[in-house]
Amino acid sequence: MNRPTPQSRGAFASLRYRRARDGVIELALLACGLVAVFATVAIVFILVKESLAFFDHVSLREFLTDTTWTPLFDDAHYGIAPLVAGTLTVTGVALLVAIPLGTLIAIYLSEFAGNRLREIVKPVLELLGAVPTVVYGYFALLIVTPILQKIIPGLPGFNMLSAGLVIGLMIVPYVASVGEDAMRAVPRYMREGSYAMGATRLQTALRVVVPGAFSGLAAAYILGISRAVGETMVVAIAAGMQPSLTFDPTQPAATITAYIVQVSLGDLPHGSIGYQSIFAAGLVLMLMTLLFNVVGFFLTRRFREAY
Amino acid sequence: MTAMTSGELERIRRGLALRKQVDKVFVVLGLLVLLACLGVLLLLFLDLVHNGAQRFGWKFLSSFPSRRAENAGILSAAVGTSLIMLVTSLVALPVGVAAAIYLEEYAPKNWFTAIIEVNVTNLAGVPSIVYGLLALGLFVYQFGLGQSIATAGLTLALLILPIVIVATRESLRAVPKTIREAAYGLGATRWEVTKDHVLPYSTGGILTGLILGLSRAIGETAPLITIGALAFIAFLPPAPVTGQFPFLSFDWLGSEFTAMPIQIFNWISRPDQAFQSNAAAAGAILLGMTLLMNGVAIFIRYRFRRKINW
Amino acid sequence: MSESTIVNFAPDPRKVAAMQGHQNPERAAAPSVSIALEQRGTAHANPAKATAENLNFWYGKNHALKNINLTIPEHQVTALIGPSGCGKSTFLRCFNRMHDLQPETRYQGAITLRPDDVNLVGPETDPIEVRMRIGMVFQKPNPFPKSVFENVAYGLRLRGIRNRSELGDRVEKALRGAAIWEEAKDRLDDSALALSGGQMQRLCIARALATEPEILLFDEPTSALDPIATAKIEELITELRKDVTVLIVTHNMQQAARVSDFTAFMYLGELVEVDATSKIFTNPAKRATEDYITGRYG
Repeated sequence: MNRPTPQSRGAFASLRYRRARDGVIELALLACGLVAVFATVAIVFILVKESLAFFDHVSLREFLTDTTWTPLFDDAHYGIAPLVAGTLTVTGVALLVAIPLGTLIAIYLSEFAGNRLREIVKPVLELLGAVPTVVYGYFALLIVTPILQKIIPGLPGFNMLSAGLVIGLMIVPYVASVGEDAMRAVPRYMREGSYAMGATRLQTALRVVVPGAFSGLAAAYILGISRAVGETMVVAIAAGMQPSLTFDPTQPAATITAYIVQVSLGDLPHGSIGYQSIFAAGLVLMLMTLLFNVVGFFLTRRFREAY
Repeated sequence: MTAMTSGELERIRRGLALRKQVDKVFVVLGLLVLLACLGVLLLLFLDLVHNGAQRFGWKFLSSFPSRRAENAGILSAAVGTSLIMLVTSLVALPVGVAAAIYLEEYAPKNWFTAIIEVNVTNLAGVPSIVYGLLALGLFVYQFGLGQSIATAGLTLALLILPIVIVATRESLRAVPKTIREAAYGLGATRWEVTKDHVLPYSTGGILTGLILGLSRAIGETAPLITIGALAFIAFLPPAPVTGQFPFLSFDWLGSEFTAMPIQIFNWISRPDQAFQSNAAAAGAILLGMTLLMNGVAIFIRYRFRRKINW
Repeated sequence: MSESTIVNFAPDPRKVAAMQGHQNPERAAAPSVSIALEQRGTAHANPAKATAENLNFWYGKNHALKNINLTIPEHQVTALIGPSGCGKSTFLRCFNRMHDLQPETRYQGAITLRPDDVNLVGPETDPIEVRMRIGMVFQKPNPFPKSVFENVAYGLRLRGIRNRSELGDRVEKALRGAAIWEEAKDRLDDSALALSGGQMQRLCIARALATEPEILLFDEPTSALDPIATAKIEELITELRKDVTVLIVTHNMQQAARVSDFTAFMYLGELVEVDATSKIFTNPAKRATEDYITGRYG
């Protein structure tokens, strides 16, 4: 037992091999981890590269101040405002649906519903969020719009209201799920303080839990905004693809995402101005998403309740 | 105060009754809203089935798209989707699991690792159409992969990578530290500990993550349109398995393609009303597949959680 | 400590009880301690198996072990005792380089393994190689979620032993050595997690024994077990002396008295005193040791 036996000497020789093999594997694993970094870098690279080519032809001033967007016409205009207006309007409608409904469901699930109900409802809500967006587009165009047309006479077949409502429905599960997690994380003793004073469940929920979970709720709302801003197919199908500078949801319009789809459906010679315009539009989209995320981050920091 | 007057007590009771009423109203409201949301899902599914009923049948599944709605089918779209999902799985699973293993088992806690983790979280929030732009600029043109199934598969694999990574990390984390200590104590290397003790008990979680990722990928339209999927494909990609040596062909990777969501989009966009039932039928099939995959994933997750008591 | 120390004594249980602060020493004289000490009788140190020389250890900025000099005699049981945070587990884990798994740890000095004079904590020494020569049993039993057989065989498989019959023989030998063969022989293919707590810990001992380690480290091995299981394992530990050198960390002074030949008392990262167990518990040289033994602080 005091000297390395022949058998253990053999084991140590293969230790060198095991070590070397481990080193190679670690490198391979690291490379896969770097794919995520590579993807981000690549996205930034490609958006910026093609946008720079775009801005060789189009002045930044025209881009920001012109009020029509018709890059593919002979008389081409390159004002991004209509697309941004469309995106903001649709997102606004979606949030008007998703935030109240999502928060309400979150409060209900977290403070009122029994465990069994929660176990059943949460997976089903997940399913609601898993529906393919084309199917939601079908829903918006062929079911929601006709219903709305009965309520609002004169509503065009393509409109932002229908698309916004359906997008709102689509992101309710995200808001509800993240919001509920945030509320469940509020410590029990905070609730108990309220109950001990004779408050009802609703009062406790609104006065103690919701404020306590505010940073998590804000994160949920930001998540919802990001998804709404980036949503493509529902608007492409139901809102029409005509860029128009309006904030009126009963009108048809195009969002940034719908424009990109529209152009991609056609013929896009590589390097043409049309080709470059979708990257410029994509860059604006990413900047908007980034802006919302940053605002959200600072909001949550400011209102973070320390336990 | 030693006791309440009857007047004060009466006031408290009335206020309390009111607040309790409000509470009850809220419960009803909450339930109603939930049911409404779920009801919408049901309504949608039923409408799809109802509208598409006239199309269901072997003919629908085995026909190519056509100018006449009654003859148009989803054969090329279904095959396209299947092949794309194959590529997506083959790329996303190894890369995602490897990245998760690196982050959980190997990575030291420093700024470099933090950068990788921030990027993974970031990617989860990127709109899917931007992935399409990335693929168009990079895969199609810069790398020269063209508007092909390979490009589509790679793009969607990138898109679902964060889902696979997060799910894998969670299941790796569920393995207790003491098991790893015991293995290290016997003289195992890091990879041996991972391979022999951590990975085998994580397969349920990893599988769940992959299926959830695929169920998301199967419904993605925007990136595929951006890459240049066409909707009127009246042919199938070359078969992966051929009758002659070497029996396995990779030509299909470079083939132009269509996919289910693209086909649905195309049919909805047509002014001809007859195509709406085609869209409905295809939509029902796609939705059914998505819900099925999600259901399977949830089931696996549930079963797996109870399997091992550490 | 000199090469060979012979200590003759007859411990007075009443004196022991009085030192432990009991009001009524006659009644309170703990029989187990005194009997154990009687059996321990003479403690004669064997040649050294491992020697810690000026060992220092840092967790980040925390200087956790300060200039430890200690000889572990071969084929005997050495116990490490001391209050929480004194560094006994930290010292134990230096022997098999478990600290290397955490970031920002630093060793200084040496733990020299005899007879080939390898410095266990030296940067030139491969930690994995160290772990293949030194075994460890942990506080909470941690068998792998595999079969009983596979648990014990794992260490052997790491060494490239694949032959089924050789594996079978060595697994049986290890299980016998851990006094669990009779209970396990019909359950070799059953899950190890189905065993009781005490059985799982003996399985973990078998798992460590299978690779024939030169030193076996025990990190508070019975703190999670009931008294009957504890007794079985203590009995096993004293048996194991024939085959391995044992170093055991324990919070339980009576256990140290029952099980070990030599006891080292540590406090705040330093080695205060080390001697034959009987002497430490009846007539310690340092005041600090006596205070701890008699329960003045814990």
